[in-house]
Amino acid sequence: MDAKRNNNSKGRWTAGVTPYAEMGYWNPDYEPKDTDVLCAFRITPQEGVDAIEAAAAVAGESSTATWTVVWTDRLTPHEHYQAKAYRVDPVPGVEGQYLAYIAYDIDLFEEGSIANLTSSIIGNVFGFKALKALRLEDMRIPPHYVKTFQGPPHGIVMEREYLDKFGRPLLGATTKPKLGLSAKNYSRVVYEALRGGLDFTKDDENINSQPFMRWRDRYLYAMEAVQRASAATGEVKGHYMNVTAATMEDMYERAEFARDIGSVIVMVDLTVGYTALQSMSKWARRNGVLLHLHRAGHGTFTRQKTHGVSFRVLAKWCRLLGVDHIHAGTVVGKLEGDPNAVRGYYEVCRARHSEADPQLGLYFEQDWASLPGVMPVASGGIHAGQMHQLLHYLGEDAVLQFGGGTIGHPMGIAAGATANRVAVEAMIQARNEGRDYYAEGPDILAQAAKGCPQLDAALDVWKDITFEFESTDTPDVVVTPTLS
Amino acid sequence: MRVTQGTFSYLPDFTDDQIAAQLRYSLRNGWAIMVEHTDDPHPRNALWEMWAQPQFDLTEHDVDVAMADVRAAREGLPNAYVKVVAYDRSLGRQTSKLSFIVSRPPEEPGFRLDRQEGPDRQVRYTLHSYATEQPPGERYR
Repeated sequence: MDAKRNNNSKGRWTAGVTPYAEMGYWNPDYEPKDTDVLCAFRITPQEGVDAIEAAAAVAGESSTATWTVVWTDRLTPHEHYQAKAYRVDPVPGVEGQYLAYIAYDIDLFEEGSIANLTSSIIGNVFGFKALKALRLEDMRIPPHYVKTFQGPPHGIVMEREYLDKFGRPLLGATTKPKLGLSAKNYSRVVYEALRGGLDFTKDDENINSQPFMRWRDRYLYAMEAVQRASAATGEVKGHYMNVTAATMEDMYERAEFARDIGSVIVMVDLTVGYTALQSMSKWARRNGVLLHLHRAGHGTFTRQKTHGVSFRVLAKWCRLLGVDHIHAGTVVGKLEGDPNAVRGYYEVCRARHSEADPQLGLYFEQDWASLPGVMPVASGGIHAGQMHQLLHYLGEDAVLQFGGGTIGHPMGIAAGATANRVAVEAMIQARNEGRDYYAEGPDILAQAAKGCPQLDAALDVWKDITFEFESTDTPDVVVTPTLS
Repeated sequence: MRVTQGTFSYLPDFTDDQIAAQLRYSLRNGWAIMVEHTDDPHPRNALWEMWAQPQFDLTEHDVDVAMADVRAAREGLPNAYVKVVAYDRSLGRQTSKLSFIVSRPPEEPGFRLDRQEGPDRQVRYTLHSYATEQPPGERYR
């Protein structure tokens, strides 16, 4: 680096354009403080742009910098407010991509505001011309900043106590067809699925309040179904009432109505934005209603490996701003999800503390400072025949949602629900008895199906259904052969 | 009807060996064992009666001790619901980790759904357990 241009020398302040790296945004000697927010970005610089300069530019553009030198920086202790790129590594096995580690002082961010955090970190910088592509892979949120958020309105433990359901994944189904059912027909699906053995049914993300079924009618009919199913089973049941709407006022109106008629849970789509989500989170805590988040739209920015924001980061933001459920992948279903990456997402949702684990795509240690966990939801192309795989990959604290896998059952919706419930209980029983349930899964299910024609039919109709496509988003790690 | 609360209510009733296997799993995980019972199985009844003090100090070799509690509760209360709760005190969990019914009354009359019609088509729902029409101790006979 040109000594004349270092951060405190006179040359640093010469009017004109100075490389970001020379303005203090690159500091390989910087030791991140415990209170810093840390980011790992995957950067793909344009041809001829030096990786370190590109990393410094990302640090600059996501903190204090603009494109040219401004003397007004000198009115501030700018070193404090500048983000610092402190490490740049080539991505193993990929030409032209680098991982840039950047530290941000906690003073850069408003307390308890995901809107503010994201406006800084992913605000302008993703359109920066000197980069072909930019991806936020992971963030370390220091406990000091975590503590400015309240997190999930209830969390996994409170939800389980509220529902009085322990020791097994919860089961759900999304009402299908997604669009076109009248309120009464809709409630038929809800009733059959819940009385058959599911814990939850769900509005789909695009069911809001359309001409074929207005929200108020849907809520009233769905509530009748929920209560009838509760009476038939003696269990607490719920239907995620989607309150997503055009304005906050509309969402509050719908949520309050859902609360007033006795719903234990409401849902909201990611499309409403971080501020609206956080408002709904506070509402849900105030009103004792669980909050389910459907990650509608996330694939537009989470899926491509070189550009956007990893889902693990989005999951961290959602845990901070506070939802009780979040869709986080299935591994075996129809939607994107490399097994290791999905394990990493589930870790982000549920762990009290995580060590860095590049295999899971976790670039940093993360301490959640006792913030409650979010229940991850697995939804999309899963069925009872995969129960051993689902339990193996996703664990017990999850909601498994079988939409087609309930409603498409040849003997009817309630039979589909029963098949799923028997499958999950049989698998939990086998796991607890110490059996190798992953390897013996098909046998365990076949055995359970002998006493349960509904499960038998489900295993038969979906026996060969898998969705095996290569994942587009996988963690990059150097494979180190084990010496033996 | 069959009250399907608990982790294994959709499976055939467990044999003693199957119950013991779940107890062994729970004790191996360091969870405490509680035996609870009720004759008021409303889904919001969070406070079933405790059959005895929770067993906090058992190891996986003491399944028989926990099983003796289960048997005693079951035999002492043939007309009640009895469940085993495995409790995990570990930091961040601090709640039940497993909960399953091990005995139930011979007849389960279930619940009536009462509806109180309100304005604007709103309905206030109440689950009414037929059994609780009788005073405690007189139910499920």
